Amino acid sequence: MNVKDISDQGPLWEVFIQSKSGIPHKHAGSLHAPDAEMALTAARDVYTRRGEGVSLWVVQSNSITATTESDSESFFDPADDKVYRHPTFYTVPEGVKYL
Amino acid sequence: MLKVGNTVNFTPLICAIMTTEEREIEFQAKIDNGQKIEPKEWMPENYRKQLIRMISQHAHSEIVGMLPEGNWISRAPSLRRKAVLLAKVQDEAGHGLYLYSAAETLGIDRQTLTDQLLTGKAKYSSIFNYPTLSWADIGAIGWLVDGAAIVNQTMLARGSYGPYSRAMVRICKEESFHNRQGYEIMYELANGTEAQKQMAQDALNRWWGPSIQMLGPSDAASINSSETMKWNIKVESNDVVRQRFIDRTVPQAIAAGLTIPDPDLKYNDETEHWEIGPVDWNEFYRVIKGHGPCNKKRLSDRQRAEKEGEWVREAAIAYAEKQNKKMNSIAA
Repeated sequence: MNVKDISDQGPLWEVFIQSKSGIPHKHAGSLHAPDAEMALTAARDVYTRRGEGVSLWVVQSNSITATTESDSESFFDPADDKVYRHPTFYTVPEGVKYL
Repeated sequence: MLKVGNTVNFTPLICAIMTTEEREIEFQAKIDNGQKIEPKEWMPENYRKQLIRMISQHAHSEIVGMLPEGNWISRAPSLRRKAVLLAKVQDEAGHGLYLYSAAETLGIDRQTLTDQLLTGKAKYSSIFNYPTLSWADIGAIGWLVDGAAIVNQTMLARGSYGPYSRAMVRICKEESFHNRQGYEIMYELANGTEAQKQMAQDALNRWWGPSIQMLGPSDAASINSSETMKWNIKVESNDVVRQRFIDRTVPQAIAAGLTIPDPDLKYNDETEHWEIGPVDWNEFYRVIKGHGPCNKKRLSDRQRAEKEGEWVREAAIAYAEKQNKKMNSIAA
């Protein structure tokens, strides 16, 4: 059997669903489609058969940049020792309100 | 350094700082802590292989599973039942796609998985190699096959690999309507005319054994179990899941007035479990190896579907490329 060209399935897209207005879009999974319009209708058919969303985003997987596990520590480290970014670091004098 | 490009579905190379042994210890600790493993994390090569095997077989099973039920869409006894069966079969397609999507996060592509199914290299659940001989078979499948699948998938939802576990949660939610749809059909037939009752009983007689087998070989005989359980890919053994399915299903059969086709079936008051007679494992291995009633037909149906759909894929790609060229020449 001929080995098919990978592009026969179209590129991979990541699907994000907004379940109702006011809530952020959440990653739901992925699918293959040749273009954006087909990716959107496929996303609707695959991921929202029960009214799971009011809005769909599809993004080509290779358009997404992400941190890697090995980078994570050094990348996020600087925030870990800045406790003064939290309100609980500060003492409010007794009796003073609305702070 | 950030990795640009296919990062959501790409796993980075092993970082040079830790040895493989150190990586494995850290990995096992995560598993034992109940932590989820995500696509971009380091994992033992066999963890990846086992998952690709399990998830892709699961995906293939959903797609092939559409065929025995699709067989009765045109002959459903009422419009309501036809619409419901269409929705169920549509769900199975969706489930297959969720699972292919999960498999692709492990560094294998969709086309390769499809080819493995079509060339007969990949396995799928033995249960789908049986024919649907009557409308009651549709009831038996929803009740028993989806019932067994739910018990198994609820267990797998607690597994360690994030994308697979999340796919299981989504599938379990949708699967419960399948289970009720099947039981409703069996219950109504069993409480209908004599001919309907016989049809339901006949379907149960044929689907009970394979449903028991579909949960997989007994623990001692299961070659993959020790690795999959060490790594929490599977959280409970086949035998435990099988017993849970039996304990839930026997009372359902009794309530419908149907007889489980097992003369050795008896309730153990001490253990509070229903005990079954011997399972025909020879049948299971025969069917898995390709000698079930419908193996050849299932494969040829899938091959035909792939071939007949080729013009659609070609047209869609050609159109997309044409639009791309247009966009590029406008931008240039």
